[in-house]
Amino acid sequence: MSPTLRRVVVVGASAAGLSAAETLRREGYEGEITLVGAEPQPPYDRPPLSKQVLAGEWDADRLALRADDHLADLCLDLRLGVTATGLDLATREVALADGSSVGYDALVIATGVRPRRLPGEGAHVLRTLGDALALRERIGPGAHLVVVGAGFLGAEAAAVARGLGAQVTVLEPAAVPLAHAVGAEIGAVLAQAHLENGVNLRTGVSVTAVARGGVQLAGGELIGADEVLIAVGSLPNTEWLEDSGLTIDNGVVCDEYCAAAPGVYAAGDVARWHNPLFGTSMRIEHRTNAAEQGMAAARNLLDAGSPKPFAPVPYFWSDQYDMKIQAHGYLRGHEEIAIVEGDLAERRFLAAYRTGDRVAGVLGVGMPPKAIRPWRQAVATQAPWESLGR
Amino acid sequence: MRVELDEPKCVASGQCVMAAPDVFDQREDDGVAFLLTEEPADEQLDSVRESVAICPAAAIRLIES
Repeated sequence: MSPTLRRVVVVGASAAGLSAAETLRREGYEGEITLVGAEPQPPYDRPPLSKQVLAGEWDADRLALRADDHLADLCLDLRLGVTATGLDLATREVALADGSSVGYDALVIATGVRPRRLPGEGAHVLRTLGDALALRERIGPGAHLVVVGAGFLGAEAAAVARGLGAQVTVLEPAAVPLAHAVGAEIGAVLAQAHLENGVNLRTGVSVTAVARGGVQLAGGELIGADEVLIAVGSLPNTEWLEDSGLTIDNGVVCDEYCAAAPGVYAAGDVARWHNPLFGTSMRIEHRTNAAEQGMAAARNLLDAGSPKPFAPVPYFWSDQYDMKIQAHGYLRGHEEIAIVEGDLAERRFLAAYRTGDRVAGVLGVGMPPKAIRPWRQAVATQAPWESLGR
Repeated sequence: MRVELDEPKCVASGQCVMAAPDVFDQREDDGVAFLLTEEPADEQLDSVRESVAICPAAAIRLIES
């Protein structure tokens, strides 16, 4: 550990930032840690927001990422409810919205993403606890919810709203929902579940604005709604870094060690780093990546002389109706899909994804862990596609 | 040291099994994790701490006794 390391600042107090702070302590760092968070709550978990919280099954207090006593044990200088507004690499200082600034010897940037919005007022987004509670109040039986965007977030919210008895319309610009992410064949299977559960899914339609009483489509048609949820992706929170000299390109650009500059690291949704396992630069908005990358960044920060490449197999899951969807690997840009187990029509299957001549990913719906694990291993070991006795 | 698993929170990612295969396993039907031991040996504690850190549902706690 560097003898000059006395003050670490972590900007972002969600999964990635907390993971970084916690890892610093686990690895024996005893200096100061300042953890800055834009939201007023102590670190909390987001995936349940579009699932159990929206469904009214869980109260907010179940979301705490760590118990109070555990957080206290980390001895953090916790600055909650304050955003970072600037970074000076030369003086090693982070400026905060309350007018103060904090100096650092090493910095972890974990400011995450925020929802993309559309022109017009009055629509919901779903990123924070407040967002989820506000939407939950409005989607009881009989309410008509229009969800703009049939990605994983929109699909989960639509499924929950149907479960609560709301009437649900989903508007999606692509011909097949999630085709770019999981392939048209798989996207169509997932879309079918929504149709069977009574969702009015309209594909190939582009929403231009939130209007009074609904949303406006390109071409002028007005779709009426009691409530509108905009779920059209996210934007990395990098504006505060614009004048810093760091390279920003749809995220904070990092090398394979999660380093953006000497002594400066990034982790979680906001980080674009080079993943050597796939030989490509990626920015991953998955819950597991936030924790893993926070750990990796913290370890490299402490051991800057011999850093380790961050080369994970990305993982995500999604719960929709009775479907549990799980995927390992990097599916984006895949060239071929093979159904290696199960049956698409039964919505119980395992799909393998080929990129180049290797197994790049695997996606399962309703499959047991023993079936999925060898395929994850194939991704992790860059197994050749042709080597799989399919 | 004692491990606690909040089973209803578990999302069946299997991250804990990969980090600490001698402490955690997953049910075959739904992938939900279960404990192979509630009181891991000293040499297993690092891997359990790793599991606590990477669990995407924050469903694992290590209680220092």
